[in-house]
Formats: sequence, structure tokens, C-alpha cells
Amino acid sequence: MSTTYTKKQVAELVDGVLDWETVRRMLFMPKDPDRFAMYIDVLQERQTWDDKIILPLGPHLYIVEDKNGDIVNKCDCGFVFGPYTENWKLNALIYVRDSVEKFNEVYPKLMSPDAEWQVYREYYCPIEECGVMHDVEAPTPWYPVIHDFEPDIAEFYKWVGLEAPKGIAA
Amino acid sequence: MNKPESISGGSSTRKSILYNGKTLAQNRADMYNTSKETGHYDGLKELKLKKSDPITFEKIFSKLRAGVVNARETAKKIAASPIVEQEGELCFTLYNTAGDCVCTSTGIIIHVGTMGMCIKYMIENNWEEDPTVNPGDMFTNNDCQIGNVHPCDIATIVPIFHEGKLVAWVGGVTHVIDTGAAGPGSMSNGQVQRFGDGVQITCRKTGINDKPMRDWQHEVQRNVRTPKYWILDERTRIAGDHMIRDIVEEVISDVGVETFLQFTSEIIEDGRRGLVKRINDILIPGKYNTVAFVDVPYMHEDVSVPSPFAKVDTIMHAPCTITVKPEATWRLDFEGCSRWGWHTYNANPTAFTSGIWVMMTQTVVPTERINDGSLFASEFRLPKGTWTNPNDRRTAHADAWHFLVSSWSSLWRAVSRGYFSRGYLEEVNAGNSNPCNWMQGGGFNQEEEIHAVNSFETAACGTGACAMKDGLNHAAAIWNPEGDMGDCEIWELAEPLLYMGRAIKSNTGGYGKYRGGMGFETLRMVHNSADWCMFFMGNGYMNSDWGLHGGYPSATGYRFEAHNTGLHKRIAEGKSLPMGHDWNPDEPDYENHLEPGAEVKRDSQCITTEAIFENGDLYLNYLRGGPGFGDPLDRTIENIEKDLNDVVLLEEYAVKIYGAKFTKNKEGYYTVDADATRARQKEMRKERHSRGTPVKEWMKGERQKILDKKASKQVQQMYASSFELSQPFLDKFRAFWTLPSDWLVTEKELGVPAFGAKHHMDLSQMPDVKTVVLVEE
Repeated sequence: MSTTYTKKQVAELVDGVLDWETVRRMLFMPKDPDRFAMYIDVLQERQTWDDKIILPLGPHLYIVEDKNGDIVNKCDCGFVFGPYTENWKLNALIYVRDSVEKFNEVYPKLMSPDAEWQVYREYYCPIEECGVMHDVEAPTPWYPVIHDFEPDIAEFYKWVGLEAPKGIAA
Repeated sequence: MNKPESISGGSSTRKSILYNGKTLAQNRADMYNTSKETGHYDGLKELKLKKSDPITFEKIFSKLRAGVVNARETAKKIAASPIVEQEGELCFTLYNTAGDCVCTSTGIIIHVGTMGMCIKYMIENNWEEDPTVNPGDMFTNNDCQIGNVHPCDIATIVPIFHEGKLVAWVGGVTHVIDTGAAGPGSMSNGQVQRFGDGVQITCRKTGINDKPMRDWQHEVQRNVRTPKYWILDERTRIAGDHMIRDIVEEVISDVGVETFLQFTSEIIEDGRRGLVKRINDILIPGKYNTVAFVDVPYMHEDVSVPSPFAKVDTIMHAPCTITVKPEATWRLDFEGCSRWGWHTYNANPTAFTSGIWVMMTQTVVPTERINDGSLFASEFRLPKGTWTNPNDRRTAHADAWHFLVSSWSSLWRAVSRGYFSRGYLEEVNAGNSNPCNWMQGGGFNQEEEIHAVNSFETAACGTGACAMKDGLNHAAAIWNPEGDMGDCEIWELAEPLLYMGRAIKSNTGGYGKYRGGMGFETLRMVHNSADWCMFFMGNGYMNSDWGLHGGYPSATGYRFEAHNTGLHKRIAEGKSLPMGHDWNPDEPDYENHLEPGAEVKRDSQCITTEAIFENGDLYLNYLRGGPGFGDPLDRTIENIEKDLNDVVLLEEYAVKIYGAKFTKNKEGYYTVDADATRARQKEMRKERHSRGTPVKEWMKGERQKILDKKASKQVQQMYASSFELSQPFLDKFRAFWTLPSDWLVTEKELGVPAFGAKHHMDLSQMPDVKTVVLVEE
């Protein structure tokens, strides 16, 4: 059995339609080292913008290299959330579910948290037509906004045998 | 900072029981120190046996691994407890002479570390000299101060000798049904200190010449409520240990003792390299910042505790930074955790670190070659005084899982960010459910015997969503990768509780592009019991999982219990009965099938202590779902329709969450209108824009609330507890919110009792005790 997959299979994985037999093989066989490059190719072809994807951060969020060589967090819709070293959430819209009524929009009252203990913080893209929900936090009130992931891209690109963009701090 | 440092080997006047002539302590010290100095287990920069004779190397591994797995599968048939026999809550592990794991069976593999710690404790405290370690000996441990997760996990350790020399240790552990704690059940929660947490056995020699000692058996059987199960559980452990000892003897006979001993070191270095390789293959270097919480609502009238200082609402706080290093090792730092507490949810470092491997073997290292090598490729920092590393010997641990599973959910979510970014979408898991409720109780059962129950239906909760498919419904629990809800008929044999229904619980999986797996619910009617009590144990006011990349957390728990139901009368009269689903707790229906005067409790209080349940009373055991992945507005129309037709999504929430527009035909079949739904979803995106606030604007308001100290007492207590233990956490908090340098909230100003905050006494302060420390503190 092979641990190399086609670009078509990777695209189907991204779309959630890959046949289960291949998914199972992906799960129990050693990882395919060329996956990342293929994954980036698949995602890049789907964008309406030309910036180069450096690292996907979510289904609609990427670290990209823009035409000026700057490395930024960018939404599918084109909205830029700031430099990649900063927490993209700080440039998003937030909606906090902190009352029975607001929680009841999501779950039956008895199946949602008590706002005296916990809130939901939903982070949206600020572009009206986009409005994608990039993340939901569920902390106590007062909790600092969490910077979930600070990738070491320079080192990662060495791991996968690719050249890191110039704008990445070594 | 108290780092695990070099250890000294001590001394002994007795003749060595090792081939190398060293004391057990010196042997372990040399192996440990060499490993730390060289970065390779036991200094093995080269795997000579594996390199020179790979076939023999693999044959030894296969034989030992098959041996421990086979021992588990065979021995569990001896047990009568459904926890062991049905749920597989047992595990067997082989250790080298230093107490480091060589290989382990399937099952509750958290005990790779806990039994290893027990062996290390015996080594460091010179058990070799007193009470002595001889062929045919057995040692029993369940002491949480040494490394056990909770007292109900009983370990039997057997030393393995060849030609009179120690060559290995084997350990077997089962989760017993009762430990004689203040309340019945293996994970009870009325007690708040070790002294009510059940029988505590500290590496005690309990058998010689392959037989358990009579005084031990007489003593321990009367210290628990369920001696029958206890005896058979012990025989299960002994049988498995001895089967594995036989296998080791066979291997030595085949390859010689020198090769066997070489193998027991090389395989651990091989395990260390395996983790490094896997991190390199699947993760991304950098920092993953995450956090988890769970509720401890003890102010409620249905929580009875013996000590007034325990009667406080608190919140478990577990922030973690995972740093994946360029050399593909990693560090997990839990700076900022809240303090241990007067409840049974405390953990100790070994329970914490070893437990993480239960999770990691389901994701980062899904291999049969899991052993202590992984630990040598990892750094853990568990600050002393936190709930992960208590600095007081009085702490209770019966339900350490309440905190452990909650904190680990965030770790799974964190590593999944790496998998997603790297394109390994098939590995992503939005997190684990909080595997609860733990339905427990006791009294006289249908056999008219003193009895205790702990339902392990919770071994089959919903899993988190993947990045390319939904989570699995009622499938697994993070603490046992082989989750199984068990057969109703077997539970009814073990518990005086009839099933009035067992059904998938709608809306329990977190919504998302891919939803979390659904939990399930079972309605039980107390039947043929006497003097019977029950209680609830789980999360209710908070979620401990979050969802990933726009997916929602799963639903929280709630409690339903009913007394004075009149059900026996209704059954006799052929009237309707509460059966199966509690569809939507906001529109309760069970109550329509109870006699007038029934007393019903429906609320978020999911931790209670013993309450009296008469025959005919009802108890809803609701097992949680898993968190979701991705924006729910990305869910396919087909999947929304399927959720409706599978009755796992209430109509109201198909509308609110997914914007679904649908029709329902006479047969009850739903059809979702794709165009109308997509049109509604466009509006919902705009509604998000309307109700959203720029984060930096929102932060100004939140900052003011902090300055005004506007938050519930339990939230402020959580921060006060973490601030007191962690200046770095306090500094970060002040910096993020740009607070004055002297801003602080303290427990004193909140007026809550804080016993243990200032005055505490660690196990290491006991006379003649040498503790074993394997993490940074």
C-alpha cells in the first residue's frame, strides 16, 4: 500500500468527500511527506487572490506572503488580519454570549453554560458579505484573548524541505 | 524552580539482586542520569541489538507485546465486575529493572506511568532491604501520593527473577467498583481529604510464594463495600502478571538473559526516537497556547461536605503552552494552573503526565510501541501547589478525571491545529467530550447484599469532530481508547436499576461544518433495592471542550432525577411511562408520565452527593457529546437534512444554527430546501456583522469590568488562586489588559475560605520518605 496520494485525493480530503478506504490508509500508514506541498497547491488554486499561502490556519484563514513580501494573516474573502506574528483575533469582530437568551440561540437552556461561570466568544470576519466564524472561545469572563498558535515557520519549512519566504523571521 | 535533577543511588548492605551487582537505587540512578546527560535512554546512542539482529529484536517485542495483550484479554474473564469484564478497565505493563515501561497492553494505559512510579518509589525507598524483594512476591499499590490516578485503580506488582536475579517487573491494574470511601462507588465525591477517599495501600507486600497473604485479604475485604468484586479483581491482576512472567521466562530461555536485558533498554530508546520521528512527521514547530476550565459547584444545597472550608464554588483553570522544538521534542508547560482544592478532583504529576499518553496514543503516537521512551522525549512543567501537583499530603483524588479529562481536551485541540495546518486533516479532532456523567451510588442491591455502583456507560461518549467528517456518536472516552457502553442486560445484573430507555441524545455534539459526535442518555428506575443512595458527577455550569476553527463546544450537562414518582402504580394501571428520550429539557415530557406529587429536580447541578432514592425513583444518566469543527454555516445541506432525519438535531436549532428551511412530510421525513437555506445563511452572515464588535473596542469594556471587579465570585476566586501561584500568569494578565502594575484580586478580599493556600505540608516532609520527581515543578 502506498503512502503517496494524488492531488485529487488531497482535494477530496479537503472537501470531506474522500473515500473512507483511502482515509483509513492515511490514518494507519506512515505519513506522506509531500502532503503539505500538495495541500498548499490545492488551497492556492481555490483563492481569488494571488498572495502565496505560507501556512493554513483554519478552513478560511491563512498566513500568506503578499505582493510586498509582507507575511500576514488573511481571510478567504481577502480581509487582512494583520502581521502573522500577531494574534489575528485582535482584528476580528467579536460577539460574546453571556446571557441565558444569547446561549439559548445555540443550545437548550439546560444544555448551555451558565454565564456566571463561562461565556462563548465568537470571532467573525469583519467583512459583511463574508462574516465567517473563524473561532469560538469558551473561557471564563475576563480571560485574555488567546493567541492559539505561533508557528515557527522558518523551522517548519526546513522540516518539509521548502524554502521559507524572506519575510519570515529566522 | 525545582527541576528533576540527578538522583543518587543510596546504599544497601544486602547482596545485590541484580546481575550488574548494583543496588536497585544505584541501577536506576545510573540509567536515569545517563539518559538525562546524553539525551538517549540509558545513554544508548546506538541500538546495537536492533541494528545487528533486527529479527530477534522484533521477535522479542512481538512476543512480549502479544503476551501483555493476551494476558489482559484472558485475565479479564476472571473478573466479575462489569467495569473490568465489560468495559476493559484494566491494563498490564512490563517494566525493566529501573521501573521504566518496556511495553504495555491495551486498555487503561494511563497506568504505564502510575505503576512505574510505584516501582520507582519502592526502589528509591529501599524496599530491596525492607520489606525485601524476592521471587514470588506481590506488591499492591493505590496510593495517589505516589502516582496513582485515584484510589480505585488497584495495582498488583510482581518482580520477575531469573536465576535469583531481578530482570524485570510486571504490573497489572484494575479499576475496582468500590474502595470503601466515605461514599459508595469508585469515584465518589462527598469526601474532601485523603482520609475519606477509601482504602490506601502504599506499595505494600501483599503476597509471597505467588499467594496473597491471608492477613492482607482479611483486612482489605472488610474495608470495601464489594468484597466479591475485590477478590476477583485481585485474582485477575495476579493471573495476568503471572502469565506475563511466564512469557518473560520463555523469552529469556530463547535469547538469553543478556540479550533480554539489552532489549529492555533499547526498546525504550527506540520508543523515544519514535516520538521524535512522529512529532517531526505530523506536527509543526512553534507554540500552541491553550486553556481549559471545569466547574466545581459546591455551594449548592445538594452537595454535602464534611468541612465548612470546602463549601465553595471554584473553577479548575488549566492553561498550557505546548512548545514543539526544532529538534522535534516538546515541552508542555502548565504555568498558571489554579490551586488544588478540597474536593476529589486533584491529580498528581504522574497521573497527569502518564494520562497524557492515553490521549497521545490516540493521536500523536498511535502505535503499539508506546513505552517510557516517550517521556524521555518530553518535558513537563507542573508548578508545585497547583491541582496538577499538590503540595499537601491531605488531598483527595477519587475523581481526578473530572479535572484531567477537562484539561486534556485543550491539548488535543492544540495539536489538531498543527495537523490541520500541515494538511493531515484526517488526524484532526476538535477535542474530546467530557466523559461523564458518572452515575454512582450504593446500598443494598437486588441480591440483598451491600453494594456500590459506578456506571461505565460513560466509556462511550461522543468524540470530537474531525476536519473532514463528523465525530463518532456514543463511541469513546479519552481515558480508554477502547470505549464501550456495555450491555444493558449486564448493567441490570450489576445494578438494581432498570432501563426505561437508552437513546442517542439530540443536540449534544457541538455544531460545525463537521459536528461533534452525539452522546446518549439512559433513564434508570431504581428497582429491588433497599436503603439506596445515588449521586451525580459531571460538568453542568461549564463546558470543558471548546470546538475548533469555528465549531461550537458540545452541550453542557444537566441533571434530572425524580422521586415519589408513583411509577409502580402507573405500571399496575397500565398508564403511560417516561421512556427513552428526554428530547428537549426546556420542554420536559417525562413529567407528563409521573403521578401528581412527584418531586423532580431538573437543573445544571451536575455534581451532587448521596441522596436517598426509593424503588420507583428515576435517574437520567446523560453521557456527553463531542465538540464541533468549522463554521456551522459551511455544513452541507445533505448533512443538515440527515441530522434532522436521524433525530440528532432539534428542529429549533436547525433553524437557529444552520439557517435551515425545511418541510416535514406525513411520515415525519424532513426535506431541506437548499436555495432557501443558503439565502437565509447569507442573511445570517450579515447578522453576525451587525451584532459583532471590533475586538479592540470590546476589550475596553472588558477591561473596565476587570477594574471594577465585576464577575462572579467563583470566576474571581479562580484568578486569585492562579495569580497567587504564578507571577508569570499575573504579569501576562496585567499586560494583556493594560492594568495598573498593582492591580490584583485576592481570595482574602473575596471572603472565601482558602485553607491550604498558606499552610500546607507535602509528602516529602514525612519521615523516611523519598519522593520521586520526574517533572519540573
